[in-house]
Amino acid sequence: MSAVAQGALAAAVDLNGPGHYLNWGVIQISAANLVIIGVMIVVFVLALLLPFPKGRGRR
Amino acid sequence: MSVRERADLVQPDESAEPDEAAGWTAAVRRRLVRELPPDTMLPDTQPRYVASWIYVFGVLTLAAFLVVLGSGAVLAIQGPSWWHTSDIGHFFNSLHLWSVELFMAFMVIHLWGKFFMAAWRGRRALTWITGAVAFLGSIGTAFTGYLAQQNLDSQWIAVQSKDALNAVGIGAYFSPMNFGQMLMWHIVLLPAFVGILVVLHILMVRRRGVVPPLPLRDRPAQAGAEAEPGTVSEAGQEAEAETEEQP
Amino acid sequence: MSRRSRAAEPDPYSFGSRPYDLVKEFTVALVAVLALSIALAAVFSSPDKRPVTIATWAKADSADFTATALAELDGTSGTAQYGPPYNNASEGQKLGPVGLANLVGVTKPIDTAQDFVIRPLLSAAQTAIVSSAVARYATASGAQQSTWTGNYSNALDKANGDPAKIAAGDYGPVPTMLTALLAQARAGSLDGQLLTESGAFYQTDYTLPLLFLADGSYLADLAGQDHLAGTQWGMMNETGNYPGQAWLWLYTFWYQISPYNNSDNGDALVWGTMAVLSLAFVFLPFIPGLRSIPRYIPVYRLIWREHYRELRARGGT
Repeated sequence: MSAVAQGALAAAVDLNGPGHYLNWGVIQISAANLVIIGVMIVVFVLALLLPFPKGRGRR
Repeated sequence: MSVRERADLVQPDESAEPDEAAGWTAAVRRRLVRELPPDTMLPDTQPRYVASWIYVFGVLTLAAFLVVLGSGAVLAIQGPSWWHTSDIGHFFNSLHLWSVELFMAFMVIHLWGKFFMAAWRGRRALTWITGAVAFLGSIGTAFTGYLAQQNLDSQWIAVQSKDALNAVGIGAYFSPMNFGQMLMWHIVLLPAFVGILVVLHILMVRRRGVVPPLPLRDRPAQAGAEAEPGTVSEAGQEAEAETEEQP
Repeated sequence: MSRRSRAAEPDPYSFGSRPYDLVKEFTVALVAVLALSIALAAVFSSPDKRPVTIATWAKADSADFTATALAELDGTSGTAQYGPPYNNASEGQKLGPVGLANLVGVTKPIDTAQDFVIRPLLSAAQTAIVSSAVARYATASGAQQSTWTGNYSNALDKANGDPAKIAAGDYGPVPTMLTALLAQARAGSLDGQLLTESGAFYQTDYTLPLLFLADGSYLADLAGQDHLAGTQWGMMNETGNYPGQAWLWLYTFWYQISPYNNSDNGDALVWGTMAVLSLAFVFLPFIPGLRSIPRYIPVYRLIWREHYRELRARGGT
């Protein structure tokens, strides 16, 4: 089976093309990894800042 | 009422008779009830200060771990080459990959939170240690998983990583080019290792309770004062806490 | 002693409690993570680049294949020069004064000339010309063998790797052997032969075919195109635009800088560095200074702001 999925289960976003990479000095990072790490940091910050529901007994 | 006092209210049966039966089984039962009282294992209250979204990342990590295990189990049903020739198999491979990405992401965010809470305080060093070792074990599990893919990526990772492992002698017995060995480490040994650590980690969180907040001002007499660098060792703190918690 | 003045952490419930449904929270988390995983899998799928075989390599780049086979024959290939655990050609890497690889020794012995060239040739049906070429090579002295392979290697370099353009010279049976091996490779039989060379029917250890591939440059070139090489932070990366093992960022970082990237012991040095850092990570609670960082970087004030607010309101702290 080829790297590109076929038929009804085709991926909506095909990530199989040439990778996008960013360079900064000695640092080389893929766009994909950068997105993952960026989202993690955003989620961490949001988790710290977003108000937690008061007085809620159950989630 | 302290956690310990509340736990003491729980008896293995409804009568007030102390459990003094003889034998190994009874000894194990008494030990388990004493160390892991049901009321603290499955509490229906939580400390008031647990009021931040950062606290959900532990259970999110656990949930992701279960999705990883489940999707891995489905991949195991038809073996390691199924996903290359089946759309459904490929989907479950994708599910396994993305649940692993979520697992690692949630675990690291959980780690960031626990670090900034200094969550190892109050006899919780082992909770930190089991979590840290589980993290390292997860990295090893992921590594062997990538080797088990049986595609170009696996080939490259195998021939590259062999150099790191050979350099320190490990490669003599643990070879990333040995597919059978890597697969068995990935689906048997490492998940068991990580799984056991996760169970211990969670039991310890339940047993000790969620770490209380750092006091805003350092007072030597105040409970929970963080050790000033260079003063008291953790062992000293542990020993002291040990004597203080005698009923 | 100062430890007398330090009390244990307060009981978690000493600040009050609220009702909480642990099992429901777990269930919600499980459903949420499952839904998110399914969505990501459906939208992005997963990468699956076809592995290379020795056959695809030999067909795509016969010059590289031939040069690699020659290097295996004359003992100049990466594997031939590797050292433990494959042979004693070098003493392996050292971490300071300790040569761990050498201590452990050769546990997976490989004789590259025999394992990659001669035995595969002998294990296939060959014409009389090829069989006698192999026999002639095998019975020649080491010096004679080196002369043949050395001459052929120089000639191949001058001919840009194309055996058809080689000038006449004293190469002995070497060209015949390598031509036969190339034909075996292109036909696909070398893949299987290397895998089952030990004589076992069932085999899951791909060491020989993988090492042979790694000794050439075809696999490495493909990897480089996908940014998977060591000097490209490759450990973190994945083929295409997929996220890779981003958690390996620190491990692969060391390979990008000196002294790791220009030392013969680079791999061992990285291992040593990461072992120390990992131990510090695991035993953090016992390391003064490091364990006080949460106090110096007060993220905790954000996390427990409600708690501190309530304590102030109650007149506490």
